[in-house]
Amino acid sequence: MSDDKKLQSRRNALRCMAYGGAGTLFALSGGVFSPVDLAIAATDKRGTARLGKPLFVQISDTHIGFNKDANPDVNMTLAQTIDLVNGMTEQPALIIHTGDITHLSKAAEFDEAQQLFSRLRTSEMHTVPGEHDTTDATVTEYFNRFGKASNNKGYYSFDHSGVHFIGLINVLEFKPGGLGTLGSDQLAWVDADLKYRSASTPIVVFAHMPLWTVYEPWGWGTGDSEQLMSRLRRFGSVTILNGHIHQIVQKVEGNMTFHTARSTAYPQPAAGVGAGPGPLKVPADQLAAMLGVTSVSVGKYPGALVLNDTTIARS
Amino acid sequence: MTPRFFRSRLPVSGAVLGLMAMFWFDGVIRSHAQAPGPARISMKDFMFSPVPLTVSAGSTVTWTNLDDEPHTAVSDTGLFRSGAMDTNETFSFKFDTPGTYHFTCSIHPRMVGTIIVR
Repeated sequence: MSDDKKLQSRRNALRCMAYGGAGTLFALSGGVFSPVDLAIAATDKRGTARLGKPLFVQISDTHIGFNKDANPDVNMTLAQTIDLVNGMTEQPALIIHTGDITHLSKAAEFDEAQQLFSRLRTSEMHTVPGEHDTTDATVTEYFNRFGKASNNKGYYSFDHSGVHFIGLINVLEFKPGGLGTLGSDQLAWVDADLKYRSASTPIVVFAHMPLWTVYEPWGWGTGDSEQLMSRLRRFGSVTILNGHIHQIVQKVEGNMTFHTARSTAYPQPAAGVGAGPGPLKVPADQLAAMLGVTSVSVGKYPGALVLNDTTIARS
Repeated sequence: MTPRFFRSRLPVSGAVLGLMAMFWFDGVIRSHAQAPGPARISMKDFMFSPVPLTVSAGSTVTWTNLDDEPHTAVSDTGLFRSGAMDTNETFSFKFDTPGTYHFTCSIHPRMVGTIIVR
């Protein structure tokens, strides 16, 4: 049996493990998404070797400034996350932060976050803001520190290792009911950005709020995301990464893989459980297993990206 | 100003009744609306309360966040905008002009509220 078939034959059996807390490896190859539990992947050297070089690590929802019962020390859990990333055998080329860097958009919180990030061995970090980073009307604190790449617009693109990355902002305007909005200016910019790009270019899109509707009553989605998807469908490999909901939810649609990351600060309830999407208090010995990062590698085959979720409980 | 109902059904006393009705409504408004001064809106379990809040012109409204999650109060027209309010933090705004004012929490936009200023 070839490695490909071997991985695919595991897919159904292991799909049910994809939501486990121990860490899960996701191989995307030619649009086929194959979850493999980390514990099994670790014993399958041949299988994991083909998953390739780590390209970037996604960090999300660090919420520096949060100090409630759900996690009184978010600086410490971010520090543990950074240790986990710094401990990777091969360092990722980039770090991507999918927003809610701070809890209350305060200057001191941004300063503290940057101080903590400075300990990452990988120094190149790309960010998009969350709604917690933009509670000041002019988004001054966020843009003063992270606005250069987008000329204070919040959306921008860059290329790395043959992968085209697009950072988007969907937390400045909201549809009635609370879904995020990209807006016509940003969508027009996406049109221009993608216009001359070959369909074989692997695309990574990252934004804070989910770019598909995870749970509308809590605003876990983006109202005009379908207009973005219609522009992305022609590409052979599209990976869409979000934060906001502090838990892993994912789906595959054609060649597009959607994935939300865990927070490094505190978990949130599953969709619709309780009064709203606030901090979820769990027993202290369970917290670390609900916080973590996503690492993404370049696979052996063109267009193949690999998503690997790890909790800080592993460190 | 005299309601047509009174004029058509009771042509003789219509004007008198209409005048009485105007005084009566005036009395109702005075007894239920708050005099200019402090008024409060709480943010609890991802809801503003009360909704709507009715105050008289010149009143100062104070929002208080009672959740573990931060909230904001942002006017739909840009008239006022709080920063992020952490647990037990407050924001106040004085309403001088009668009208209906809608606002949302910019962090949780499904949270909506209304203030009616008379």
